[in-house]
Amino acid sequence: MNQVESKKKKVLFISSSGGHWIEMRRLEAAFEGFDKYYISTDPSYYQAITEGKFYAVPDASMWNKFRLLGQAIKILLLLIYIRPNIVISTGAAPGFFGLLFAKKMRIKTIWVDSLANVEQLSLSGQKVKPYADLWLTQWEHLSTPNGPYFYGAVL
Amino acid sequence: MIFVSVGSQLPFDRLIIAIDEWAATHQDETVFAQIGNSNFTPKHIEFCQTIDPINYDKRIKSADIIIAHAGTGTIITGLELGIPLLIMPRLAEKGEHRNNHQLATVKHFSTFTTITIVGNEQILVTTLDQMLKNKSASPEKITTTVSNKLITTIKDFIVDT
Repeated sequence: MNQVESKKKKVLFISSSGGHWIEMRRLEAAFEGFDKYYISTDPSYYQAITEGKFYAVPDASMWNKFRLLGQAIKILLLLIYIRPNIVISTGAAPGFFGLLFAKKMRIKTIWVDSLANVEQLSLSGQKVKPYADLWLTQWEHLSTPNGPYFYGAVL
Repeated sequence: MIFVSVGSQLPFDRLIIAIDEWAATHQDETVFAQIGNSNFTPKHIEFCQTIDPINYDKRIKSADIIIAHAGTGTIITGLELGIPLLIMPRLAEKGEHRNNHQLATVKHFSTFTTITIVGNEQILVTTLDQMLKNKSASPEKITTTVSNKLITTIKDFIVDT
């Protein structure tokens, strides 16, 4: 019996809508051969997926605690359901929760802070540090020897 | 066609009002605007509050000029398609964003030749007139790619997952 062979690894892409999402989609090139799962805050984004499964979570920012809680709970449930091998995000709040819970579940985590954050790392990008196994910025001048690290940008 | 987008998060009425007023005196130009969750109702242009990915794709691909706030989504898409971008950043002091990070964003994107950045709505419309006049001289298409090093770094990191 060799069941392991046919099992593909799973990657979960998680971000809020808009620029975060568009930047994140450009990182798909690194995940050839993976089963792809997506979580974002705009329910219409299922249209943009050609391969893989999409799930929507409530929209919330770091400034709205109540909606944030609803978003966090749904992300946790989806993580338990999907059981990805890797979670990757460009931001913002959904990505923070995705990485936080994934780290507790011993899932590998990657954070690529958005290009929009030129002068300083995003708030979620700063807070996610302890939960990001690979912690990256897309601006060289924001990188430090202890992270976030810079290896290029999606543009 | 002129495609206008203010992004998915916040309205940006200063931009939309300026374009709507401009369109009133330029009725030979077709304008489509995604205006966000705004109380302002444009009178001279076609518009929607939010746009799904299929319609966004369709509209933006047929645009001659893209006008937008300094959001990375529209900027990346415009660069990929080689369509000239006219960008006006949001300002925190006008209540258009929580902070002035869009000012910093545009500084770093200004090196691309297809991106024109304007500081206010008066310059926005005069620049738009200028760009339409020069439309025939189509700009060189910039193909933007993801950094190889970034993709390789991620691949190496996940290889033994």
